[in-house]
Amino acid sequence: MKKTTLSQVFFALLKRDLLLAFRHRAELFNPLLFFVLVVTLFPLGTGADTKLLQTMAPGIIWVAALLAAMLSLDTIFRSDFEDGSLELLLLNAHPTSILVLAKVLAHWLITGVPLMIIAPLLALFLGLDQDLIGLLVLTLLLGTPVLSLIGAVAIALTVGLKRGGILLSLLVLPFYVPVLIFATNAIEMAMSGLPVTAQLWILSSFLLLAITLTPWPTAAALKLSLS
Amino acid sequence: MMKFIHKTASPPYFYHLSGLWIPWLGMITLLLLMAGLYGGLIYAPTDYQQGESYRIIYIHVPAAWMSLFIYIAMAGAGAIGLIWRIKLAETVAVCSAPIGAGFTLLALVTGSLWGKPMWGAWWVWDARLTAELLLLFLYLGVMSLYVAIPDKRVASRAVALLALVGVVNIPIIHYSVEWWNTLHQGPTVTKFDKPSIDLRMLVPLLIMAVAFKVYYVWSLFLRVRVELLERERNSQWVKELLKQNKESQA
Amino acid sequence: MVSLEVRDLGCIRDDRILFSKVNIDLYPGQLLLVEGDNGSGKTSLLRILCGIRLPEHGHVIWQRTNNDKKTAVSVHGQESYAGDMAFLGHLDGNKLDLTVTENLEFSCSLALGNSSTIKEVLERVGLSYFDDLQVSNLSAGQRRRLALARLLLSGARLWILDEPFTALDKKGIAMVEREINAQLDQGGLVIMTSHHSVSFDSDKVTKLSLSQ
Repeated sequence: MKKTTLSQVFFALLKRDLLLAFRHRAELFNPLLFFVLVVTLFPLGTGADTKLLQTMAPGIIWVAALLAAMLSLDTIFRSDFEDGSLELLLLNAHPTSILVLAKVLAHWLITGVPLMIIAPLLALFLGLDQDLIGLLVLTLLLGTPVLSLIGAVAIALTVGLKRGGILLSLLVLPFYVPVLIFATNAIEMAMSGLPVTAQLWILSSFLLLAITLTPWPTAAALKLSLS
Repeated sequence: MMKFIHKTASPPYFYHLSGLWIPWLGMITLLLLMAGLYGGLIYAPTDYQQGESYRIIYIHVPAAWMSLFIYIAMAGAGAIGLIWRIKLAETVAVCSAPIGAGFTLLALVTGSLWGKPMWGAWWVWDARLTAELLLLFLYLGVMSLYVAIPDKRVASRAVALLALVGVVNIPIIHYSVEWWNTLHQGPTVTKFDKPSIDLRMLVPLLIMAVAFKVYYVWSLFLRVRVELLERERNSQWVKELLKQNKESQA
Repeated sequence: MVSLEVRDLGCIRDDRILFSKVNIDLYPGQLLLVEGDNGSGKTSLLRILCGIRLPEHGHVIWQRTNNDKKTAVSVHGQESYAGDMAFLGHLDGNKLDLTVTENLEFSCSLALGNSSTIKEVLERVGLSYFDDLQVSNLSAGQRRRLALARLLLSGARLWILDEPFTALDKKGIAMVEREINAQLDQGGLVIMTSHHSVSFDSDKVTKLSLSQ
């Protein structure tokens, strides 16, 4: 009997989750649609003053992305919890934290990447300067994985509960604040022509911290939720 | 050493010990509070810039200190509970949350009361107030998580985990908010950072800080005792305690 | 040589003592039948034994390597145990949107398991004609069979089965009994709960009653 290596397990799980998402591709668009809807509401609510929208654009896009990411969190572990395959994942000779990382990566590829692709369009809606669109996508690239990683801890804590919805937002939103601050701040600074390397480095360090630190509490929380 | 810890941390022993301490802690809290309030509200001189309104710091500042202190204490107790699986530590973590949330709310309310004469508005997005508001959300998250999970043993471990994740994040959140604040508003009026503060102002502040700390221990003990009784209601020592109580009443 | 030792195990759920002072010695080739009324803690015991749930007190020791009491490691937090043990719970653990074969292939890449034997195992559980059907099209009994296929595929020495006969027809029950017997004959160990009366050689079976 052969023994499977850790990287094989990682990619097998990643592949399985992507395949499952592909078979449910209609659901993939829901967070994306939500993202677009929220951004569309803002000009309707505040008036279509180009100047105002332009200054608010980074904040609007990022808050909407954050809410969309939060809404999609439930899909990371919910179905695995309900059909029992989560138990089998934990009862495994491989470290749970690595498996968690594979699942979060799959989740980010499914929900975070589409946000990055659609964001330039929304930036045009809001009249954001075209030179800044690259930066916006870059902040999303660095920031949205952090949202998924932190969200995984919260969803792991609440996956066993019947109604975890509001509780989930209470648990994650305070932790999302730093990402929101530095991401929007980077774009705002760039608008006034200031350098933004500091913000980008800080966002990168958030990402590294989240990759290294969150899988453990997520794994521990999953064990708690199953017991 | 571990044996000693486990003995002290065993629920019946703690219940007995805390019962002896509680009256004393209550008295000390009361005395310190009276001394601190007298010192702060009457004895301390009027501030030459802010007049009498500055006196709210005798509540606001110690409350803000406590809000952070209790979160750290909660995370510490939670870590001990998770690692060594000591029930008492788990209970301490759980029972700290409402007290900490109370102090956070107090700091927010007094901060906004102070803001009116200072800034002319009940609420400004000042860095410290904003950070305090986020801290309140963190506390509320901990408390609602505990309520939401039916099995209390599992719930307290979940709470400990969340508190640990939170305590790592608090400095990050704090500095992010400060960064955000300085860039958006420019430096706000700093409240209390004169390099040398009048000793007559400082001493009452420190007394209040100690008073709040003792109050924390006092109310923590009261809460932990109730929580222990409820959780261990099926165990031998609680049953014996109830029997003794009935006998002494009869 | 004892394979699985359980010492002074206790479990509390929702402030209620489900059981305490459970002691088990299980030898190779033996089956442990856990009995008890509904709510007596059978499932909780199995979940503790497989390592999902932490016990209130006590130890579970798998294949103790030395006789020193103090250094014996409990299975909780011991990763090599997971490779020797296979668990079948109330939930089947199948992904509904994957086909039968895809489900098993994933299990193989996850655990110790050989994907070349998938066909053979499917034949043993009677699913060979359904191998490229999505699980959502299978009946409850067939899904249970798929879960059993996963168990067989794992090649684990210790099986922990929580109500394995649920949803199975007569043929299915006979099949499971046959597989359990084969597992015992190979020197494997089985721990299970069941509402059905089971027919195994009495010298292989140990019973543990949880009702007090």
